[in-house]
Amino acid sequence: MSANNDIIEVHICMGTAGVASGGYEVMDAFAAEFEKEGISAVLKERNCKVKATGCRGLCARDVLVDIHLPGMGPITYEHVTPEMVPSIVQEHIGAGQVVDKWAAKKDYYDFYKLQKRYVLKDCGKVDPEDIDDYISLGGYDAIKKVLKEMTPEQVIDEVKKSGLRGRGGGGFPTGMKWGFCRASKGDLKYLICNADEGDPGAFMDRSIIEGNPHVVIEGMLIAAYAIGCKEGYIYCRAEYPLAIKRVKKALRVAEERGFLGKNILGTDFEFHLHLKEGAGAFVCGEETALIASIEGERGMPRSRPPFPAVKGLWAKPTNVNNVETFANLPLIILDGADYYASMGTEKSKGTKIFALSGKVKSTGLVEVPMGITIRQLIFDVGGGIAKKRKFKAVQLGGPSGGCIPEHLLDTPIDYDSLIAAGAMMGSGGVVVMDETNCMVNVAHFFLTFTQRESCGKCIPCRIGTKTMLDILKRITTGEGREGDIETLQDLANDIKIASLCGLGQTAPNPVLTTIKYFRHEYEAHIKDKKCPARECSELIEFVVADDRCKKCGICFKVCPVGAITWEKGKVAYIDKSKCVKCRECIVNCPFNAID
Amino acid sequence: MEDVVEKEAIDLTMIDEVCAEYKGRKGATIPVLQKVQEHYGYLSSDMIDRIGENLNISSHTLYGVLTFYAQFYTTPRGKYVIRVCRGTACHVKGSGRISEVVKEEFGISNGETTSDIKFTLEEVSCIGACGMAPVIMINDKTYGNLTPEQARSIFKEYAQKQD
Ligand SMILES: Cc1cc2nc3c(=O)[nH]c(=O)nc-3n(C[C@H](O)[C@H](O)[C@H](O)COP(=O)(O)O)c2cc1C
Ligand code: FES
Repeated sequence: MSANNDIIEVHICMGTAGVASGGYEVMDAFAAEFEKEGISAVLKERNCKVKATGCRGLCARDVLVDIHLPGMGPITYEHVTPEMVPSIVQEHIGAGQVVDKWAAKKDYYDFYKLQKRYVLKDCGKVDPEDIDDYISLGGYDAIKKVLKEMTPEQVIDEVKKSGLRGRGGGGFPTGMKWGFCRASKGDLKYLICNADEGDPGAFMDRSIIEGNPHVVIEGMLIAAYAIGCKEGYIYCRAEYPLAIKRVKKALRVAEERGFLGKNILGTDFEFHLHLKEGAGAFVCGEETALIASIEGERGMPRSRPPFPAVKGLWAKPTNVNNVETFANLPLIILDGADYYASMGTEKSKGTKIFALSGKVKSTGLVEVPMGITIRQLIFDVGGGIAKKRKFKAVQLGGPSGGCIPEHLLDTPIDYDSLIAAGAMMGSGGVVVMDETNCMVNVAHFFLTFTQRESCGKCIPCRIGTKTMLDILKRITTGEGREGDIETLQDLANDIKIASLCGLGQTAPNPVLTTIKYFRHEYEAHIKDKKCPARECSELIEFVVADDRCKKCGICFKVCPVGAITWEKGKVAYIDKSKCVKCRECIVNCPFNAID
Repeated sequence: MEDVVEKEAIDLTMIDEVCAEYKGRKGATIPVLQKVQEHYGYLSSDMIDRIGENLNISSHTLYGVLTFYAQFYTTPRGKYVIRVCRGTACHVKGSGRISEVVKEEFGISNGETTSDIKFTLEEVSCIGACGMAPVIMINDKTYGNLTPEQARSIFKEYAQKQD
């Protein structure tokens, strides 16, 4: 806890979501309010600090503000707007009276109950742009300990003992990977932090970098020392401007303070760290493509072996790890491998951060111990499905992962169980879908993504995914043919075996899992020319079902083109000549009364 | 004729300075392209040739690199770049409709720019604010939790802006 006992602290969430929801305006409102008479006198005696922090998880409730008063636990306010600030300042800070109507309620705390905020413990508390704040929370103590007390081999052993596995998707044991790179011959070795986070539906790495950039730098220092790297890069995707800004600043300040550069902390350990901005290509998250991109080339994967640990960036031994992997390291060093290994399951240790989104009530960033079930993650942490709808499936592992249906919800979250269920841990994107999401459409969506992002170097991926996509397209538009499902499966299996890199090898997964678990939806599209979830607009009739319509008139109000007629007490009617099939009526009808 | 006028109007000396800064450094291509684009807003064939001359790289190689990445543009872009997130979280919450609304309002599809160079539509995969899906960005400002009609009124607001 950073809140000092004597001072008042106001923490405002300034992650991407916080800023988008008006974080800066709220911050200004606090500043303006503090200037006011009466309050400023109170505050003068009692040191008051307004702090911009990173994401604390529950992005759906932004702007979130914590108030720490001396002698009182922190109180969180949700959905704060500048208009609310005067009351909060006067009543809560001025008079010590919590403004109950805006303070977070039980459901807010439920979100955190099952979580174990370990790697994220300082995210949302520390000011990401203030190195001293990080240091006051024990920051850079781990690298001090490493440099003072440990040999590189001891560090690698400790990481091996902790059981840490890479958080970038594959789950390769981190200590072992370091060992390979350390054993490679050569004076010059590179260390790369993979912050490309290309999975569309994931934002863990962004949140860590935005919320606590120094923890990533410190993790990289530990790795650099253990492996023997003098140069390093953080490769961050260009779509994350705030993360880039904060890394740049953190790098500059860390260097000024002697944590980077030559003679780090007075020793002869030397490490130079640079930022590389990506230029928008999903495949660059794959480590060999990422290396090609840093070299200034087209970001195409290279065949392995040789592995980067032997021949990587500029043909030198190179070690690539993910942002979250690095963020775990200072904790392993300070708390010890034994403590770390006490969390999680036998083969998946520690915690995992997930980006929970889609049709779940509490969307946001969560960190849970490995081994809790998918059901707990969605229903206990995430609060279940929004709008009282029914759960249908959850996509884990992004475009490379799979869709998990209801009957597998009790699968524990660990690397191996997820793979057995047809999904994968991936980077940690968890996108929840409800009964209004069509699984064929979802498969089509993912394949559109991977197809577009295929670099085109190998034929199975380039042509194969295109052919699959064409088939999916015709199924969703009512042109599906008998035998299409089997063709999709055959193609999928060929592409998986024959593709050069992970992108192609995993691209068919969403198609295969949706066929496996939701085959009836495919069949309904192909045989009956119907989309049971009513998402594929070509297959929807757009007629109001008399027996289900409760005559509420919502569809009439939301129709953007005035195609719906309705009068109080009468069933609505859709004029097909005006209808543009935008599905607004379907999405908004509370009674599922439009077919 | 117009072409010629435009060519003369753009001062390319900035490129020489950027290249001088990066010359001899490894992996310079992408940062140089990024810096030049940041300055001019896009990369014209003249700019690319100039970079090539400076760095001693053929224009073909440069084209090879820049066409690979989604973030490089070879035509001028709108004053307001509308980024509609088409990531998974946004997709399941109906972001496809928002792209359609852009088309209805401005007549542009993904990658296109209005003829007055005011708006460009860019569909991107995940802005990283999935908790507020569906999300759009207009230049640097992010808007979340949108319905198609809310998005439409935001677009209308921008359309009315006089510079
Ligand atoms: C198509 C593709 C995309 C990938 N994208 C990412 C990514 O965005 N971030 C990441 O850390 N790893 C990504 N990976 C995995 C990396 O290749 C690599 O395994 C990882 O960065 C290693 O770090 P770790 O051992 O710490 O997990 C991707 C792999 C493939 C095949
Ligand atoms: S999917 Fe839209 S912000 Fe992530």
